Amino acid sequence: MTSIGTGYDLSNSVFSPDGRNFQVEYAVKAVENGGTSIGIRCKDGVVLAVEKVISSKLLKPGANKRIATIDRHMGAVSSGLVPDGRHFTSRARDEAQNWRSTWKTPITVKDLASRMGGYLQMYTLYSSVRPFGITAIVGGWDSELESPVDGQVGSGPSIGSGGKVDSKKHGGPGLYMIEPSGIYWGYYGAATGKGRQTAKAELEKLDLAAGNLSLFDGVKEAARIIYVAHADNKDKEFELEMTWISNMDGPTKGRHEEVPKDILEEAEKLAKKHLEGEDDEEETKDDDKMEE
Amino acid sequence: MNHLPQAWGRPRDDVYGPYDGSYLQNDGPNQHSQSPIVTGTSVLALKFKDGVVIAADNLASYGSLARFTDVKRLRKFAETSVVGFGGDVSDMQYLDRLLNSLDIEEAYGSTGHTLNAQNLHTYLAKVLYKRRSNFNPLWNQLLVAGLDGEGKPFLASADLLGTTFSSPSLATGFGAHLAQPLLRKVAPDEETASKLSLEQAVEAVKASMKVLFYRDARSIDKYSIAVVTKEGIDLKQDEKLENQSWAFAEQIRGYGTQVN
Repeated sequence: MTSIGTGYDLSNSVFSPDGRNFQVEYAVKAVENGGTSIGIRCKDGVVLAVEKVISSKLLKPGANKRIATIDRHMGAVSSGLVPDGRHFTSRARDEAQNWRSTWKTPITVKDLASRMGGYLQMYTLYSSVRPFGITAIVGGWDSELESPVDGQVGSGPSIGSGGKVDSKKHGGPGLYMIEPSGIYWGYYGAATGKGRQTAKAELEKLDLAAGNLSLFDGVKEAARIIYVAHADNKDKEFELEMTWISNMDGPTKGRHEEVPKDILEEAEKLAKKHLEGEDDEEETKDDDKMEE
Repeated sequence: MNHLPQAWGRPRDDVYGPYDGSYLQNDGPNQHSQSPIVTGTSVLALKFKDGVVIAADNLASYGSLARFTDVKRLRKFAETSVVGFGGDVSDMQYLDRLLNSLDIEEAYGSTGHTLNAQNLHTYLAKVLYKRRSNFNPLWNQLLVAGLDGEGKPFLASADLLGTTFSSPSLATGFGAHLAQPLLRKVAPDEETASKLSLEQAVEAVKASMKVLFYRDARSIDKYSIAVVTKEGIDLKQDEKLENQSWAFAEQIRGYGTQVN
C-alpha cells in the first residue's frame, strides 16, 4: 500500500502524482472481499450466479436475494458492499424505466451498461462522495423478434419499408461487467468477488467465444464454477443463487427468472460430484507419492 | 417602431391600436380533456363455468370515420388477466403502458406475480377515479376479465368516472344497450353463468358481436376475442364475423331513400 501516508488517498477527485485515484482502488479492495459473482453468455441465453455467504444461521434459507431483476429481460448481480449493490439495482431499474418511457421499447443490455457505467463514474469525481464498493455484472437477452412498441395498438403499414432492413439480425445475449471506476466491458464470461481468479480460470476453459455452450450446460457450468471458487473459502457456509434469461424460444421466453428449483438442485448435485471427483484425484496422487 | 425589441415586427400601436392580448390568455378551465378523439366502441364479456370470454372489435374511429382498422383493444396482463378498452385510444395506450410498468415492477420480487384480475380491477378503478377527481379523466370504459383470489371467474367494469360494476355478463358503450340484454338472456345470474360451457359462452358473445356490427355504425366486422381460464389466456386478434345476413336490412323503414 504505497498510497498510505501520502495524503493522496484521503479524497476522491484528487490524483496522486503518478495519476491514480486511490479511493477507487480501495473500492476495488472492497469488491475483492465479497462473495463470488459470475455471468456466462451462452448461445441461447445468459446465466447469472452468486456465492451467497451465510453470515448467520438465523437467516432464512433462500431469502435475501442477491440477484435482482432490472427489467423483464435483464438481471444484475454484484460483489462487494451489499447496500451499494442495492442502490445500483435501484438506479438501474430507474434507467430501464426512463428508457421505456422515452423510447417505448426495452433498453438493451449494452445501453444499460453504458448508463450505469456513466453513473458509477460520477462517484469518482467529487470529494463529497465515495465510489461504489461493488463490481456489478449485468446480463440480459435483447429480443431477436420483431417487437411491438410499448402500448402499440395497430400493426402499421403492411407495405413499404418502414425503415426495416430484411436481412438484419437483431438482439441476442448481452453480458457486461461494471467496475467501481465506472469502466465497463462486454464479456463472454464475467467473474468478480473473492473467488474471481479461480472462476476466471474455469470460464476461460469453456471456450465461450466459440458460441457453442447452450444455456442448460451454462447453468451446470455456472454452479460448478461457484462451487470450485468457493473451495478456497471452505470454512464459510454458502448458498448458490442462480438466475437465467433464455431466448424467445427458450425456457424463460426472454425473461429474467430464477433458475427453477429442480434444475438448480441438479446443477448443484453435479457441482458437488465434480468437487468430490477432484478430491479423489488429489488423494490418489498423494497415495502414489507415498508408495514411492 | 420604437426601441423595444418586443415591439419589432408587430403592428404599430399608433396605427392599429394596441394588440388585443386576450387571445393569448386562457382564463377558462382546461377543455382538452372533455371529449375523446380517437375512440373504440363496445367491449363485451361473459362469464362461464371455467372462466371468462371477452371480445371487442378492431376499430378505432375518428369521429364517424373508420380511421384505424387493426387496433387491438384487448390487452393481456401478466398472462392471467385481460383488459378490454372502450373509449379513447390514446388513453388506452397510456393505461397499457402503465400496466406494462406495473407488470415489470411486480416481477422485481422473487415471488413472481401476485396480482389477479380482481386486484388489477381495483387498481385501474382507483387510477380512473383519481384522474376524474383531478378533472382530467382517462376517457375509457374498461372490462377486466380473469380469475379472482380464489381462482373463480372474475369480471368487472370500471369507467372514466371511477364507477365500478360487476355482473355475470357486461358490455360497454353501444353494447350496454344492444348486447347486454342478449347476454343476460344466456346468463341471467351467477348461478346460470357458472353452468355455461365454453362453447355456449363463445357462441353468445359472437352472436352479440354480430348484432353490434349490424346496428352500431362505429363498429367493424374484424374483432378480437379472448378466453381466460386457469390454463391461461387464449387470445385471437384477427377474427372475422362469420355468416352475416343482411336480409333484415330490407325490412328497415323510416330513413334513407325509403320514406315509409
